[in-house]
Amino acid sequence: MAITPNPYKTTGLLGWIDDRFPLTKLWKDHLSEYYAPKNFNFWYFFGSLALLVLVNQLLTGIWLVMHYKPDAAKAWDSVEYIMRDVPWGNVLRYLHSTGASAFFIVVYLHMFRGILYGSHRKPRELIWLFGCLIFLCLMAEAFCGYVLPWGNMSYWGAQVIINLFGTIPVVGHDLVIWIQGDYIPSDATLNRLFSLHVIALPFVLVGLVVAHLIALHEVGSNNPDGVEIKKHKDPQTGIPLDGIPFHPYYTVKDLVGVGVFLIIFLGIVFFAPDGGGYFLEKPNFTPANALSTPPHITPAWYFGSFYAMLRATPSFAGTQIWGVLVMFGAVILLFLLPWLDRSPVKSIRYKGPIFKVALALFAVSFVLLNYYGMQPPSVVGKLVSQICTILYYLFFLAMPFYSRIDKTKPVPERVTYAH
Amino acid sequence: MRTKYSFRALLAAALLLLAGPALAEGEVLPYPFKADPDNIASVQRGARNFMNYCSGCHSMRNLRYNRIGSDLGISDELLKAKLMFTTDKVSDHIVSAMPEEAKAWFGKQPPDLTVETRYRGADWVYNYLLTFYVDPKRPLGTNNLVLPNASMPDVLWELQGLQVLKEGGGDEHAEGGHDEHEGPQFELATKGTMSPDEYRDFVADTTNFMVYAAEPGRAMRISVGIKVILFLLLFTVLAYLTKREFWKDVH
Amino acid sequence: MNQQGVDSGRRRFLTLTTSVVGGAGVVAATVPFLASWKPSERAKALGAPVEVDISEVQPGQLIVVAWRGKPTWVLRRTPDMLASLKKVDPYLLDPESKQDQQPNYIKGETRSIKPDYLVLIGVCTHLGCSPGFRPEHPAPEIDPHWQGGFYCPCHGSKFDLSGRVFKGVPAPLNLVVPPYHFDGEMKVVVGEDPKGAA
Repeated sequence: MAITPNPYKTTGLLGWIDDRFPLTKLWKDHLSEYYAPKNFNFWYFFGSLALLVLVNQLLTGIWLVMHYKPDAAKAWDSVEYIMRDVPWGNVLRYLHSTGASAFFIVVYLHMFRGILYGSHRKPRELIWLFGCLIFLCLMAEAFCGYVLPWGNMSYWGAQVIINLFGTIPVVGHDLVIWIQGDYIPSDATLNRLFSLHVIALPFVLVGLVVAHLIALHEVGSNNPDGVEIKKHKDPQTGIPLDGIPFHPYYTVKDLVGVGVFLIIFLGIVFFAPDGGGYFLEKPNFTPANALSTPPHITPAWYFGSFYAMLRATPSFAGTQIWGVLVMFGAVILLFLLPWLDRSPVKSIRYKGPIFKVALALFAVSFVLLNYYGMQPPSVVGKLVSQICTILYYLFFLAMPFYSRIDKTKPVPERVTYAH
Repeated sequence: MRTKYSFRALLAAALLLLAGPALAEGEVLPYPFKADPDNIASVQRGARNFMNYCSGCHSMRNLRYNRIGSDLGISDELLKAKLMFTTDKVSDHIVSAMPEEAKAWFGKQPPDLTVETRYRGADWVYNYLLTFYVDPKRPLGTNNLVLPNASMPDVLWELQGLQVLKEGGGDEHAEGGHDEHEGPQFELATKGTMSPDEYRDFVADTTNFMVYAAEPGRAMRISVGIKVILFLLLFTVLAYLTKREFWKDVH
Repeated sequence: MNQQGVDSGRRRFLTLTTSVVGGAGVVAATVPFLASWKPSERAKALGAPVEVDISEVQPGQLIVVAWRGKPTWVLRRTPDMLASLKKVDPYLLDPESKQDQQPNYIKGETRSIKPDYLVLIGVCTHLGCSPGFRPEHPAPEIDPHWQGGFYCPCHGSKFDLSGRVFKGVPAPLNLVVPPYHFDGEMKVVVGEDPKGAA
């Protein structure tokens, strides 16, 4: 049977492949002929950086599994074995542990970029939803990974997080035991979290990232002006007038971002892998001890905001579930963002003062929550956390109203780009 | 533009809110100390101190003798002669000579000290070893300032001597000592074989060794790190020049 | 998009330089991953030289110890056994041990430091099974010229009492003699060359 020649008229080995597999098509669709707005700014580095960190986590993770033992009696020593006995094991481990924190820094900035420029607005709602799912998956992945060294913070972190499910009325208690596979976090718990961390969740994560990118490349990237570059195309070529091919222009630009990011990231990996006690916590340098809780038990820093919300919510009607609901609700609200924002414009550049103040309050609340989530409980901390939790919620829940009445500026037809 | 200012004002207010409690936070240790695990001579002396005075009860179960040897430049013969008391296989881990009934003596097993300085902090270990004092209320007759009611006896008293905590110098609770800056008021009741300065050096050496032991790969990661960062600087400059070259096309 | 006035030489040079430097970086980044597969300090510790007490070994007796996890034999040969080595010479593939299967201080048909004591790694040079010790002879079911030796159960390779391989069997090489030395009269240290030997 004759082969239909590929439309790219490639020859030789590439031609042979292109007749059977869309290699050239993939290259063109996603890189050399994927037209991205030319006015990306600093905030647009974090998408590709997130991908870089994901690759780092996958590779170092695969390699760590080669040396780690998911066994409550051996896990702790196997981490020290990696740190001491495995050639370059300490570097692999620090790349992975620092990478976890870097992942959250990069993803938080990436999400903030989305809110800043309205990247969640029509027609990019699904990109945003996939992104939120990635974030949710990342939180689960980070939690499971945090438990694996089986240090005392690992242990009590697992205890606290799993017990969140215990607040569910009626079934809570049994649910906790079911999740743990024991009456306390134990070898069985460690084993199932290990399986989730290295197999199940990475699968889901990578799948979601692919979906995120497919959706993005279907509708095209947003930009700091929040205007659609596809509205103005060259009548002859059909190429957006404000679009430039991702490759080489953004590949080479992102390489600069990668360089700067790696200087900071590897600077931490090689010179301060503890991250001042935030990337590797001091209490986790003692093995899991079911009989002794660390005096200051805090979650990993990237969960600080959500943990602060949990602590700030008082229990009433005889149950603690409200705190858990408030915490999970804070994540769920992110999913609703595309439909909460009723502003006629997308980008903060053309939004009115109300939105700017609201966003500033939101950002400050989030940072403050994160800070107080990391501190031992205090009266001030609790009060600030409560105010910030309300501000966090109001930013989302009041958005349909304030985004509509806000005074916006006229949006230009084309992107603004100063050479 | 007003909104831009309000944004900045809010950020500044947030920073102040963050900075306030951050300053007040943190345990105050009476003696400041900065570990220097790069001082090989000190770490070597510390290894000797640890093996002679600590390893009887405390293990370092993740550290091999020959790792100390290769990192600190100590030959196998010297290791066996001076540092190894429980085994003669240089690749063995450092286990304590403590028998099982130890638990009954102290109420608990003396902890493994492999990563103690990463758990407590080097300055904490340094202070711990300096702040044992006579306290007749305790079963062993001594107490400790940074770890009140420590179950470890003051094993180094022959070197340091016995010191007494003067009244008003932060008794019982370290919290009370927050506002005074001159440190605890100790008085040497019984002289030790070392002068106070010698003993402080002894403790500093020991702590430096423990910092080394907590992360023997530290020197390696720093030396690799310097090369990596230099390489990345070169790469980033090149990438930037290339980026600028390509972006000449974009108008 | 406007490529007019572009210095294409400069562009090509910068692209090439950045690619080469970046590529070198990627290659360097593989080092931790590849190096971490080398034997760890634990593996090396377990593979450390093994001291074997030979004071209890009777003439004609074979003892097996593990060195680097491999079965390692110490055979105390009788005068009869030593005398038999010459007899099988014509039937061997490499009677003079020319192939590099032993340290350079191991020479001659006895393949040992002291003729009485044979030290061998008991792993067949064919596919890695451990041959059995078959001192009885004659044993026509093994070989018409059998004077005692080692017989591999997997594929029938045959070795004499110095671990030299017979002709016409699957194994291509003599059994390996590990580095070893005597520490005093009654102790063999397997895994460490004698002092002064390279």
